[in-house]
Amino acid sequence: MSAPAVPLAERLQERGPTDWTAPEMQARIARRYRGERNFRRLGMLALIVAASFLAFLLFTIVRDGWTGFQRSEARLEVTFDAAVLGVDPAAVRGPDGAALLARADYPGLLLKAAEQLGPASDTLSDAAWLELRDALLADPALLGKQASLWVPVRSGIDLLAKGKYDLSAPADSRGVSDEEVADWRWLDGQGRLRTGFNMAFLTGADSTEPELAGIGGAALGSLLTLLITIAIAFPLGVLSAVWLEEFAPRGRLADLIELSINNLAAVPSIIFGLLGLAFFLNIAGLPRSAPLVGGITLALMIMPVIVIAARVAIKAVPPSIRDAALGIGASPIQVVFHHVLPLALPGIMTGTIIGIARALGETAPLLLIGMRAFVTDVPEGITAPATVLPMQVFLWSDDVQRGFVEKTSAAILVLLVILIAMNSLAIYLRNRFERRW
Amino acid sequence: MRLLIALILVLGLAGLAYLAGRARADRMALAAAGGGSRLGTIHSRPVHHGVYVAMLALAPALLVLLGWGVLGDRMVAGQVIATLPAAEQPATPNDRAALLNEVRGLVSGDLPKAFNPLAERLAPVYAAADANGDLLAGALAVALLCAGGAWGYSRLRPDFRARNRVERHVRTILLLTSVVAILTTFGIVLSLIFESIRFFQMVSPVEFLTGLQWSPQTALRADQVGASGAFGAVPLFWGTIFIGAIIAMAVAIPLGLMSAIYLTQYADPRLRRWLKPVLELLAGVPTVVYGFFAALTVAPLVRSFAVALGMTDASSDSALAAGLVMGIMIVPFVSSMADDALTAVPGAMRDGSLAMGATMSETVKKVMVPAALPGIIGGVLLAVSRAIGETMIVVMAAGLAANLTANPFSSVTTVTTQIVALLTGDQEFDSAKTLSAFALGLVLFVMTLILNIYALAVVKKYREAYE
Repeated sequence: MSAPAVPLAERLQERGPTDWTAPEMQARIARRYRGERNFRRLGMLALIVAASFLAFLLFTIVRDGWTGFQRSEARLEVTFDAAVLGVDPAAVRGPDGAALLARADYPGLLLKAAEQLGPASDTLSDAAWLELRDALLADPALLGKQASLWVPVRSGIDLLAKGKYDLSAPADSRGVSDEEVADWRWLDGQGRLRTGFNMAFLTGADSTEPELAGIGGAALGSLLTLLITIAIAFPLGVLSAVWLEEFAPRGRLADLIELSINNLAAVPSIIFGLLGLAFFLNIAGLPRSAPLVGGITLALMIMPVIVIAARVAIKAVPPSIRDAALGIGASPIQVVFHHVLPLALPGIMTGTIIGIARALGETAPLLLIGMRAFVTDVPEGITAPATVLPMQVFLWSDDVQRGFVEKTSAAILVLLVILIAMNSLAIYLRNRFERRW
Repeated sequence: MRLLIALILVLGLAGLAYLAGRARADRMALAAAGGGSRLGTIHSRPVHHGVYVAMLALAPALLVLLGWGVLGDRMVAGQVIATLPAAEQPATPNDRAALLNEVRGLVSGDLPKAFNPLAERLAPVYAAADANGDLLAGALAVALLCAGGAWGYSRLRPDFRARNRVERHVRTILLLTSVVAILTTFGIVLSLIFESIRFFQMVSPVEFLTGLQWSPQTALRADQVGASGAFGAVPLFWGTIFIGAIIAMAVAIPLGLMSAIYLTQYADPRLRRWLKPVLELLAGVPTVVYGFFAALTVAPLVRSFAVALGMTDASSDSALAAGLVMGIMIVPFVSSMADDALTAVPGAMRDGSLAMGATMSETVKKVMVPAALPGIIGGVLLAVSRAIGETMIVVMAAGLAANLTANPFSSVTTVTTQIVALLTGDQEFDSAKTLSAFALGLVLFVMTLILNIYALAVVKKYREAYE
């Protein structure tokens, strides 16, 4: 047995009062305060690291991406020669003139017009003839006349014009051939190059050529997919939240549903892709790569998010509202649909928008159900092959052509702007309409 | 298309049924009131009478259309095949499916010309049978709709309890929507288990769970090199844990915990209002963006760093690049879990410690973090479960080589990377290679499930301790 413990008060009395002015106590206090300051700085440092990472990410994407919204064009004097186009000028003025013009030989016309570019005649984009067609279709009177048009150039020249290559590097490591550099210098020297806004990037679909690729098709695919997702996930999520909060009898079924929802909320998204592949594609036989299947898969994925948000919002409506409605003769269903849901709606909408934003940025499950298809046209419907915005980012990031780097970053910028807008809307709704009881 | 028209027709007729029911209830109320107050003259509001009639009309019709939509194709196909003489009937299910595909392509016009002359012959038969079936199903639906609507309409009386009946059905619908969550869970479990069983018939589970060699390429010819393929998944499990649970957590735990401590204990409320959304923004960035950033910006930096350290075989798709970026992605998650855990510590503990003369950092380190530890650990486990299930960052930034190495500068592969790699090529669905993706998915599902259940239990118990 140890010696009987001396009571604390007695020990303190024996030690006497602490001499705070003593050098060792001063040093001790200084050390403790230093520790305090350092700890505080460490906390600030952690936040600064996280924030500067975000800033660095945004900076690199904006730096690489803003030029993706531009494209370089070369000036071309085009003579719309009916003979080269292979059309009969008399027939063009006839009733089927427009159809005849649409079928004319524009690639041949382009080839002829490009001769004026001399050494740089092969710098025009493969689809530059589309510009000639559009110009002539817009103004058929141009037939037989000369016009000055701006047509897109190849990706290599485009990148040179944007200064994306380090020309001081040795020729074999700078990633661009000497001929292309010479072509670009010639075009630039002639004053034939300009950089304009790339409308085709926003409206067009995917292409193998970076200067022609656009996100319009992917954006429409995202829209179709999200419409399906909302149409399924919103009613399902809200109604099951209503049942769980207002009607579910305490018991095994309610527990099982609650457990399922909590687990589904944490299941990795790629598992939903496996479900989509095994069930919707292989068993139910729905079409591959289609917004329909993508939308259903994402709906199952975000449904738990909506259920959880809706339950919180419904729970926040005070019981006095329910009691008052019940007291004047409303049935439980009327109470919910006439009073509780309208009051809970802002919270439900906030959760729904956050869920949809998650679905919009999701890629992994869609990879497995084949939405990585190379789609060169705007999707026609919910069962036609389509791709979505994040998938377009993924596909382009895989492409070896250098021109796709800026396109990828530009697509990311568009995606981020949409996501930030959605999240701001959610925050606005929450602040503007949510009532504190 | 025809089915869609039938659906619109049925919905329109049900709308008419609703209007008819409501109008009849209105008339009954008017008659019963006899010029006085209509209040209390009929049991339920006219709306309920209308909905009751519409419900009786719509339900059977929708069931018929749904059943035809799901089974119709199969019934028509069977009927069309049966018209063929026995000698010409396709021998195997595959032939049958190919033939039917061609026939459907011809009927819809997607296919200008069939390879199989039989398909050309069957196409008109198929089109006729399909049109007949659609017509029959549509007619049946409309007939049932009229019958149901008329029966419901005939039952309306002033004292008819339409509201009670309607609401009973509404409750059933609410219950059914809740059951979707259970069905989804079962769907996931069943589809993973069924495909995994098929895989484990080809490869033994012991080899899968303990083997050290992963090369799923099954050769087309039996005499090629590596014809059998090896399915030892240990290198994948290691890679997943190495990137998701070790490197990412080494970044996320200090950053997330310190940010949470700073935000809850030190930061000015105004600063907090600005900084919290910045952290949330990190959580809102799509993972494909992180993947692009990891592959294009971080990986080259990590590689040149490794080369500067004197490593000659530094990989351009190193575990470190993917893990670092994944760690940053997880920071807001860890931070908000730690935030919750720290705020749940009773204020009296903090105030007591401060009143005794401890500095804030001493209070945090010696009182608050130990008190909040179960909550923080639960949050970290949830973060780990999210990190190992994360797909796009590792698909884009980690490699495909299944190495069993602890060198962060070399390339490792993860479970999710392999699932994507195995399932995005073009291959038949019955090979061990594709089926192994489902076995990997099953392992991933079970791992995250255990982590989640355990973590949620820890967090819950911790919260109860302070309530």
